[in-house]
Amino acid sequence: MTEPVFLGLPTAPPGVGHLRGRRPFPEAARTALGDAQLRRNLAKATGTIRAKRAAVVGEVPDWAELRAAGAAIKDQVLAGLDGYLVQLEEQVTARGGVVHWARDATEANRIVTELVRDAGADEVVKVKSMATQEIGLNEALAAAGIAAWETDLAELIVQLGHDSPSHILVPAIHRNRAEIRDIFLREMGKVGLPAPADLTDQPRALAEAARLHLRRKFLEAGVAISGANFAVAETGTLAVVESEGNGRMCLTLPRTLVTVMGIEKLVPTWRDLEVFLQLLPRSSTGERMNPYTSMWTGVHPGDGPQAFHLVLLDNGRTATLADPQGRAALRCIRCSACLNVCPVYERTGGHAYGSVYPGPIGAVLSPQLTGVADNASLPYASTLCGACYDVCPVAIDIPQMLVHLRSRVVDAKRGHSRVPSPEQAVMASAAFAMDSPARWTAALRASRLGRLLGGRRHRLTALPPPLSAWTGTRDAPLPPRQSFRDWWARR
Amino acid sequence: MRVALFVTCLVDGLFPDVGKATVALLERLGCTVEVPLAQTCCGQMHINTGYTREAVALVRRHAAAFEGYEAVVAPSGSCAGSVRHQHAWVADEAGDPGLAAAARDVASRTYELSEFLVDVLGVTDVGAYYPHRVTYHPTCHSLRVLRVGDRPLRLLREVGGIDLVELPQAEACCGFGGTFAVKNADTSAAMLADKMHHVLATGAEVCSASDSSCLLHIGGGLSRLRAGVRTVHLAEILASTRTGQPEVPPR
Repeated sequence: MTEPVFLGLPTAPPGVGHLRGRRPFPEAARTALGDAQLRRNLAKATGTIRAKRAAVVGEVPDWAELRAAGAAIKDQVLAGLDGYLVQLEEQVTARGGVVHWARDATEANRIVTELVRDAGADEVVKVKSMATQEIGLNEALAAAGIAAWETDLAELIVQLGHDSPSHILVPAIHRNRAEIRDIFLREMGKVGLPAPADLTDQPRALAEAARLHLRRKFLEAGVAISGANFAVAETGTLAVVESEGNGRMCLTLPRTLVTVMGIEKLVPTWRDLEVFLQLLPRSSTGERMNPYTSMWTGVHPGDGPQAFHLVLLDNGRTATLADPQGRAALRCIRCSACLNVCPVYERTGGHAYGSVYPGPIGAVLSPQLTGVADNASLPYASTLCGACYDVCPVAIDIPQMLVHLRSRVVDAKRGHSRVPSPEQAVMASAAFAMDSPARWTAALRASRLGRLLGGRRHRLTALPPPLSAWTGTRDAPLPPRQSFRDWWARR
Repeated sequence: MRVALFVTCLVDGLFPDVGKATVALLERLGCTVEVPLAQTCCGQMHINTGYTREAVALVRRHAAAFEGYEAVVAPSGSCAGSVRHQHAWVADEAGDPGLAAAARDVASRTYELSEFLVDVLGVTDVGAYYPHRVTYHPTCHSLRVLRVGDRPLRLLREVGGIDLVELPQAEACCGFGGTFAVKNADTSAAMLADKMHHVLATGAEVCSASDSSCLLHIGGGLSRLRAGVRTVHLAEILASTRTGQPEVPPR
């Protein structure tokens, strides 16, 4: 008998969904950085929400304990995921729901499309959901002739603008209200109730236009599609937390409800929600409580949807779980606190990351879901400043995970070619020089030659590649006449 | 007290005055300073760029070079942070429990300069004199890896003649990030632009920090703009006295 060969677990397939960018991060970031309006919007929005979060987290005396509890509960779920998922399926089924298992985006999209067709609908209303953005559900439904209407205000702005989300919580963070007014005036009439012709860019007026436009959608839709913030394994209960109430409308009005949920969204018991319903709103919107918390368990005759389908989505999550140093990314409750404090995100915005999961959490999650080769630039899209870890409500050590994923990127490239890449050569020769005091001393003495490049300017203003990327915007000091170690040896 | 100076490769090769100032300061405070010349680099650049395997030899070298010293002091929050939070991990990744134990041992005796002064020597007034308008950038790894808190500011507040002005949004990263500054040069420059904006808003003539890497970055930007603001390491300020230059007694 031959030894079995482990071929690895399937990652999210290419060609479907939104986990991969068309361009590497540095290139996409360059475009975003040149957009002055975007920079201003992002700085204002992230600055505001950062301050709100800090204030409401600061007033909780046992925040550190809550955070530790959140991390521990999620780790417990991940360690026993197989059991909890089966328990959830049993409970949902016993209460009149139907559970579907989707290996990846393609399967999930097919399942949902068939469910909508079976319900005889050609239109669905949607609750804001990261999972359905991840799998590209709207595009899959459109290909099947089904119109999916986003009902979250920001998602509606993104959809009407033929745009893509740039933030987990605030998907239209890159838009300002003048742009939103223009989008509403131009697009609403093409797909439903038009915006009033005298629409101003006042928030109240914009919200009212959206309310009237959406109300008709809610009343006409036979099917709603949602994601889930949490699923309780012991009771089969699903939970969605939101701010606007549109989710509540979707979850209660249509006859059929389809929920697409990543398999990591579980909590073991009802009581565990106590921890997360404190952690999530304070971390995400900077509120003590979110305005709407909807929970549902199966179906109830004469009350709410009469058919409930739960689609459990893997799409690279089991592959993520297989990495002991990467799996904590699955603790994520999509609060987006890490985006709001990230100095990189604040300047580039979300589109530069190329995935529906931007910012620090996206930089560790997207490459794991797709396999690091497909998002190799993302683990490097961070200065490792550590701000993300400090605010994470489930204590994901994102900086350490980024370093780990960088080593996976580097290791995956090893041996691909007999000729090392320039970076590999630099790193190898630096390590060689640094592994011997004699060679290191010689290298420092040789660096004095760099003084010649500086001439009489006492600084270096242009260096050859790759250091030209430094001197493009920054001077470099001249190497000193004498290194510290030479000074010490002669002192 | 016998102290080993972990001078860091950047100070050794580019900013020797920071090393000299650290020696002068520690000796003035009664320490016996030794510089194990077997040290080279902690390997953080390799580790943070994903070259963990290449870093193993540097971690081994570092652990051996600093074995047996009561205290190891570095004028860098970032390099001290790498020793304390990354070295044992690198050894574990390499499947070398002996090295991991040695790395943890050195880590437990490694201090960033302000930690050593405040926590080990128990001083905040180091007898320094520095009659300049100074603003202080607290550096990410000092704040969020080592958690040095306000120790550097407590030291600076006691400096004679200093006009210490608060840096707006001080805790924001300057955009250096090691090889990030080259791999993501545009984003790095955007972050630096905001940091320089805040530094210039203070009207300070000196921007200080306890990491030569951050100062290399901020200083490189300010120099390019001919902004007329100098970058000076915390150790250089603390080593300065009324006689002017750091006093480095001959050996």
